[in-house]
Amino acid sequence: MKRLLSASAVAALAAGAAFAQDGEAKIGIILGFTGPIESLTPAMGASAELAIAEVNETGKFLGGTTLSAVQADSTCVDSAAATAAAERLVTTDGVVAIMGADCSGVTGAILSNVAVPNGVPMISPSATSPGLSNAEDNDLFFRTAPSDARQGEVLASILGDEGVSSVAVTYTNNDYGKGLSDSFVAAFEAAGGSVTLVAPHEDNKADYSAEIGSLASAGGDVLVVLGYADSGGKGIIQAAADTGAFSTFMLGDGMYSDALLADLGDVLEGSYGAVPWSEGDGATAFADLVGEKADFNPEGSYTRESYDAAALLILAMAKGGEATSSAAAANVMDVANAPGEPILPGELGRALDILAEGGDIDYVGATNVELIGPGEAAGTYRYYQITGGAFETVEFR
Amino acid sequence: MDFLNAFVALSNFVLIPAIAYGSQLALGALGVTLVYGILRFSNFAHGDTMAFGTMVAILATWGLQAAGVTLGPLPTALLAIPVGILGCAALVLATDRLVYRFYRAQKAVPVILVIVSMGVMFIYNGITRFIIGPDDQAFADGARFLINARQFREMTGLAEPLAIRSTQAITLVTALIVVAALFWFLNRTKTGKSMRAYSDNEDLALLSGIDPERVVRVTWIIVAGLATIAGVLYGLDKTYKPFTYFQLLLPIFAAAIVGGLGSPLGAIAGGFVIAFSEVGLTYAWKKVLTYLLPGPLEPDGLVQLLATDYKFAVSFMILVIVLLFRPTGLFRGKSV
Repeated sequence: MKRLLSASAVAALAAGAAFAQDGEAKIGIILGFTGPIESLTPAMGASAELAIAEVNETGKFLGGTTLSAVQADSTCVDSAAATAAAERLVTTDGVVAIMGADCSGVTGAILSNVAVPNGVPMISPSATSPGLSNAEDNDLFFRTAPSDARQGEVLASILGDEGVSSVAVTYTNNDYGKGLSDSFVAAFEAAGGSVTLVAPHEDNKADYSAEIGSLASAGGDVLVVLGYADSGGKGIIQAAADTGAFSTFMLGDGMYSDALLADLGDVLEGSYGAVPWSEGDGATAFADLVGEKADFNPEGSYTRESYDAAALLILAMAKGGEATSSAAAANVMDVANAPGEPILPGELGRALDILAEGGDIDYVGATNVELIGPGEAAGTYRYYQITGGAFETVEFR
Repeated sequence: MDFLNAFVALSNFVLIPAIAYGSQLALGALGVTLVYGILRFSNFAHGDTMAFGTMVAILATWGLQAAGVTLGPLPTALLAIPVGILGCAALVLATDRLVYRFYRAQKAVPVILVIVSMGVMFIYNGITRFIIGPDDQAFADGARFLINARQFREMTGLAEPLAIRSTQAITLVTALIVVAALFWFLNRTKTGKSMRAYSDNEDLALLSGIDPERVVRVTWIIVAGLATIAGVLYGLDKTYKPFTYFQLLLPIFAAAIVGGLGSPLGAIAGGFVIAFSEVGLTYAWKKVLTYLLPGPLEPDGLVQLLATDYKFAVSFMILVIVLLFRPTGLFRGKSV
């Protein structure tokens, strides 16, 4: 038995050594392939693997090191299952970095239970909870999706531009609504605005007159609605307009919906809001790349962010000069931000050339990646105004 | 001027919504109280009876709208109410025949009937969702407002707006008519009197030659009528979604118990007590008080007794208080 153990230990060591010699490195892709967002994750996974395949095709990664992807299931909702899956990725498969996870809850669990203890960096393409900004991460956690904290700031700055100084806030009573509302209120008050009342509302109720009564009594020039367009948010706006309590609304990203405009039409005229948006050269280049080499919808939710997350991990390792976790963690911010040569999707080969020569790159990617604060996407938001029954873009910020 | 503004603000956000909501609750509670008074059990299926009747009325409304029939400024659904009542009556009569009659013959104790009615509730639940689905359904048409906020401001020059939706006015008028008709029926007609006699003393009523099955049938038909009317009014005023009707069960029972189970007058009073407490306790009184009080006394805070999250807790609290201190309710109904 003892001999068997030592034999396998030797074999494992040999395998580990073989690893380095062959020039192969693994990247874990952990997404909710089962669970509530299982319809989105196949495209997200394929998008991350597209970046890996693109790099392998060039053969320029650290002088010919091959990258491979190992997929695992985060389930989106079950933290224990996600932690076990991530543990397997790190200890059994030996991945050097993790692209994922997807939902905010499991992402936090994997970060604290697996990534931090093992020193493995992770980049989430889709976790937006503001709570993750303050998570204890030893500089190992990044995200290419903007935090809702950022959205709160954007909404507050739009109100500043509109010259509104006093608002009432209502949010849908769940983690998303609460997080977004907290960050908005903090940002707005820091900018000198006053919030008269923050009232949660439940979704799927028939009657919101009590909520509107309180909000109207508290007053405010604008009602900020951080809810869902097909549910409570719509009921709130309808009730507020019916009673004449508010006539101008500011809408959070959950309220961006064509159906809402069709249903409420005139009521929303002159209201405004913000929604995360990708546009420009990066998005176009990504769409072309996908059209050429893959088979999924390039406009799908978080597919762009997934490509960017995988590309950032690879470029960070290239910048550090070795396919290790520490090299990836140390250089993500560097390759993501200026200064340097801007890199679009499909130009990873060029980026690797520049890095090999010791140059600097500024990865732009499909979503205009700009990592701020603790390593999260600044995000581009489309600030729109509702005019003539349509969403009119005012500007991107 | 300040006093007027205060009154308008109060009407807009408390009085008018609470009166409309109270009327809807009162009609629902009347149905519950009739079943309790005459059939002697708490009918937990009442919310879903409302949902079913309203569903039939909605289907009929869509038929009428498709055929191009409208009532002008009034909602077409008013025309469809009789169809809804017929459908609902057929359902509850069939249920009585298949389910409740069996337990009545066995002289089952009320608590068994309560559990039976919960079973019926789940069946109704399923039938309604199977036919029309679990989603929101829009069926209101006609003029939306009797007077809207902007018109009112322009007319009166007051700072505070006042809006009266046509459905709120229709709710109140219909409720008044229905309640008047019900009281006339119970107090003036032979059938109504026999129902009250049966409710007061079953054995004595049987000895005087009252046909119990007929009383039961008439009761169910009236209950179906009340449930459908209450349901359609609620759906017109707010929105139709089967699940919200199920949730109405709590305030409706609270209303019936507060008023005194088995007492029709109590059901109406209870409906308004519950509606006014729900809206009034969660209302932020700041605006009204700011208009009324002189400068130095104006409140800084919102003067809100309960956050709106606790809206549903209000019914519970009133229920508990009434059961503790006056179990027979305000109008001396039967003790629960």
